[in-house]
Amino acid sequence: MAYRSTTSTPAARLFGIVALIVLLALAALPFTGNRALMQELFSVLILLTLAQFWNLLAGYGGLVSVGQQAFVGLGGYALFGLTALLGLNAILTLPLAGLIALVIAVPMAWFAFRLNGAYFAIATWVMAEVLRLSLAQWKALGGGTGTSLPRDVVGGTWGLDAVTALTGLRAAGARDALSYWLALILAAGTIAGIYALLRSRAGLALSAVRDNEVAASAVGVDANRIKWLVYLTAAFGTGVVGALVYLQIARISPDAAFSVTDWTAYVIFIVVIGGIGTIEGPIVGVIVFAILQYTLSQFGSWYLITLGAIAILTMLFAPRGLWGAISARTGLHLFPVRRRLTRV
Amino acid sequence: MIWLDTLVQGVLLGGLYALFAAGLSLVFGIMRLVNLAHGDLIVAAAYLILVIVTLTGLHPLLALVIAVPLMFAAGWALQTLVLNRLVGQDILPPLLVTFGLSVVLQNALLEGFSADSRKLPAGGWLGTASVDFGPVTVGLVPLLTFASAIAVILALNAIFYRTALGRAFRATADDPVTAQLMGIRPARVFSMATGLALAVVAIGAVWLGMRANFDPAIGPARLIYAFEAVIIGGLGSLWGTLAGGVIIGVAQTFGAAINPEWQILSGHLAFLLVLLLRPRGLFPRGST
Repeated sequence: MAYRSTTSTPAARLFGIVALIVLLALAALPFTGNRALMQELFSVLILLTLAQFWNLLAGYGGLVSVGQQAFVGLGGYALFGLTALLGLNAILTLPLAGLIALVIAVPMAWFAFRLNGAYFAIATWVMAEVLRLSLAQWKALGGGTGTSLPRDVVGGTWGLDAVTALTGLRAAGARDALSYWLALILAAGTIAGIYALLRSRAGLALSAVRDNEVAASAVGVDANRIKWLVYLTAAFGTGVVGALVYLQIARISPDAAFSVTDWTAYVIFIVVIGGIGTIEGPIVGVIVFAILQYTLSQFGSWYLITLGAIAILTMLFAPRGLWGAISARTGLHLFPVRRRLTRV
Repeated sequence: MIWLDTLVQGVLLGGLYALFAAGLSLVFGIMRLVNLAHGDLIVAAAYLILVIVTLTGLHPLLALVIAVPLMFAAGWALQTLVLNRLVGQDILPPLLVTFGLSVVLQNALLEGFSADSRKLPAGGWLGTASVDFGPVTVGLVPLLTFASAIAVILALNAIFYRTALGRAFRATADDPVTAQLMGIRPARVFSMATGLALAVVAIGAVWLGMRANFDPAIGPARLIYAFEAVIIGGLGSLWGTLAGGVIIGVAQTFGAAINPEWQILSGHLAFLLVLLLRPRGLFPRGST
């Protein structure tokens, strides 16, 4: 009798097909020329990507960071510095912004890992503040008030002509379409990448550390190395997101780029409401978030109060989030990482 | 003489930061819980005092007679109803819940009091009075702030080391299971500790509000200063927390004396420097 170890399930295969259809439908959106929807979905995709990276950190790595805005801001400022001051093309700076965030994350991790648990969280926040205050001193990029991306940088972005030819949209519409497509690639790539990571050897180690750090160390998992891997991966990805966001907004200021509300609070709420420690969680969370935003956005701060209250109640009464509740009831896993033995 | 003056101002500012930090230090020492809403609770307490002052016409310091018990009750309720459900091995739930609370509180204050900055009326005489110490002259309010920081730490240490409640605090901090065997209920001890922490928060808030303007958005920065003071001082030492507050305060006033834009940044850099050289803080518990 032969057995084979597999992670695949019929439900997951069906979901894979559905996901592909949804992805193709989303990719086709720019051809409709609906700019408002493209802009809305751009922010949703950006938040989804950020949420996946934060979930990787907190949900899998056990590293609760309240300072991920540091890397969004670094990515944004890297984009501005490399394009406006050094004249690189914006598309080229997207991966470079991620690399810069990664390089700066090394000393940051070295500091933050000296503190554990709850103090790690605030240490990451302090370092994001240090970066915000330091970049506010960068007079070439407008200091504390910030600056706008020069017109030739925005207009000269590689791929704009191709997008114009492909969709027939005018300049501003083509920019929206390009940003939207890049965000879609980033979000889909992030989810695929994290899924691949979790199914790999390193992912197994990561899950082991998440479940019980002491036990994982006892069987030879280097917990510290795993934490570095996760922290630096999240820094890189978050940096790329930051550059893309500020390419689209085309105006940056330290207070906006390092905003804890915009880049970390929303993201934490999305992950907590959707379900922490699963890939499905942030996806469910971002859908809930988008619906709430659509219905409550005219109520100003009531929107954040509601979102925070829902997150608190979720943590108190359903700590595994919406997806956790669905999954527990139905046994459904859309991104299965659990290995099962099947008879061949 | 300008540098001596800067130094003295920084030390006195440190007293305010120590008041912010004492509650954080107490709660962390007993239940290993960091309340990320601590800064917003300071701001909420300042608004509470403002409301009491407006309604009753009392001086802010007298309003503390009402505000301190109210904040104690709020802390007790917060711990009993919410946080006690979350205290445990996993640090994730309490962190995420208090972070959510921070955002909710901040936006609720924004909704209730608008974004305008407010100030507590110190009264004509107290607000402007100063004491002459030869080469330096210091304001009476900063001086009293520092004095109340020392008084609060003396009082907390007295509670901690000389009362039955303090014994329960220390026992629960060391080993909650054994404490339970001795007839202590950890959940009740935790509720008292958070109540006490928020009572101290009210004292910090009254000086914050009389010294400077406040608005709903300043909470997170206060949390960070308090946190830095606790870490610099070393976990579990209240006098260390005062020293940590003083270091942050002095770094900030010197930074501001060089360039006003560097005030906050130099405080943070001082913190990172201490973290680099003495990762366990200056006075970790157990060293003496």
